[in-house]
Amino acid sequence: MTKAVGSGDTADAPARLKLRTVIQGVAFGFAFGFLLQKGGVGTYHILIGQLLFQDWTVVKVMVTAIVVGMVGVSALHHFDMVKLHIRPTRLGANILGGLVFGAGFALIGYCPGTAAAALGQGSWDALFGMAGLVVGSWVYAEFSSRLKQTVERWGDLGKLTLDTALHVPRKLLVPTVAGTLVLFLAILHALVER
Amino acid sequence: MTRLPVCLRHPAWLALLLLGVPAAATAADPALDATNYPGPAWSPYLVGAGIGVLAWITFYFSDKPIGASSFYASMAGLIGKLVAPGRTESLSYFKENRPRVNWEFLFMAAAVLGAAAAAWPSGEQTNRWIPEMWDARFGDSIALRGAFAFAGGVLMAFGARLAGGCTSGHGISGTLQLNVASWIAVVCFFIGGAFVAALLFRS
Repeated sequence: MTKAVGSGDTADAPARLKLRTVIQGVAFGFAFGFLLQKGGVGTYHILIGQLLFQDWTVVKVMVTAIVVGMVGVSALHHFDMVKLHIRPTRLGANILGGLVFGAGFALIGYCPGTAAAALGQGSWDALFGMAGLVVGSWVYAEFSSRLKQTVERWGDLGKLTLDTALHVPRKLLVPTVAGTLVLFLAILHALVER
Repeated sequence: MTRLPVCLRHPAWLALLLLGVPAAATAADPALDATNYPGPAWSPYLVGAGIGVLAWITFYFSDKPIGASSFYASMAGLIGKLVAPGRTESLSYFKENRPRVNWEFLFMAAAVLGAAAAAWPSGEQTNRWIPEMWDARFGDSIALRGAFAFAGGVLMAFGARLAGGCTSGHGISGTLQLNVASWIAVVCFFIGGAFVAALLFRS
């Protein structure tokens, strides 16, 4: 497979930052923060409103991003222009970690990315949450070797994608999933006011 | 009883309806209904499409999926290296993920600036310590809000590391690659979130 144009620094690459990495990281991150704020997803009542099923903005943003991203990234991957970054499926860790994440998400009302957008727009309470995110990352690191030998072994299926799991070729599955998600968005749009 | 259209007879809609019950309960007080507060500046579909295109760009130019939570892990490791370098070096997670200022770190730091540029010049800045809807439910104590936000942050980072990503890394980047782990994780994010949000806001 041909390599992407990228500057992808791997775990064992030297610690020195390349200028290209700096420019790309800053430019793309700036765009991401800009979009999150304009989408309202750095706003407490919009995020907690989603968790209370009152305001569907978050799901609309996420599902649209998934559809558009999936079609483009899959096409680029089909022509060997990008590499995929598949993370391992570990049922115990994905489910337990996901539920703990969700509980924290409801308490703070921001997620790790939208907390940055919240801070940028002047929702200063995001600072407490970001401090908590740093501490929580440390807590995980403290337990990382023990977790790796326990929870992270439960239901370890390795790097698994939906097309492999379902034995459906990717070029069939991508349009099917994308079409289903568009249908979901259309129904959602018709049913909810926001 | 009138017959429902075919698409509404699916069991998934029943589940959605059941999950909607707490919403109906909270909506009784207008101050606790999120839709009574200002909505987003741009259409969610436009913003979602923008993030989708940004995913093409980061994959193509940087060979990176969009992600947010590893920023906080790098920050924890960088602070750890200053405060307790020996301890930091010894931890399994930091051995595999060397804490340093990398693409992901700059990406999230710049996201704060991007959001500021989106909000302040167009008068959309919030400039407040307590969100309105939090205030309506729990009052205007910064200490209480700070304690909940901090605790939420701790749980969220721990959960993200255990699950292997957050609402960006799993919720958008992983799902769009049809990563099984990501679809499982994102469903669990919303199950855990809806449960605790209902505990917090149901009267």
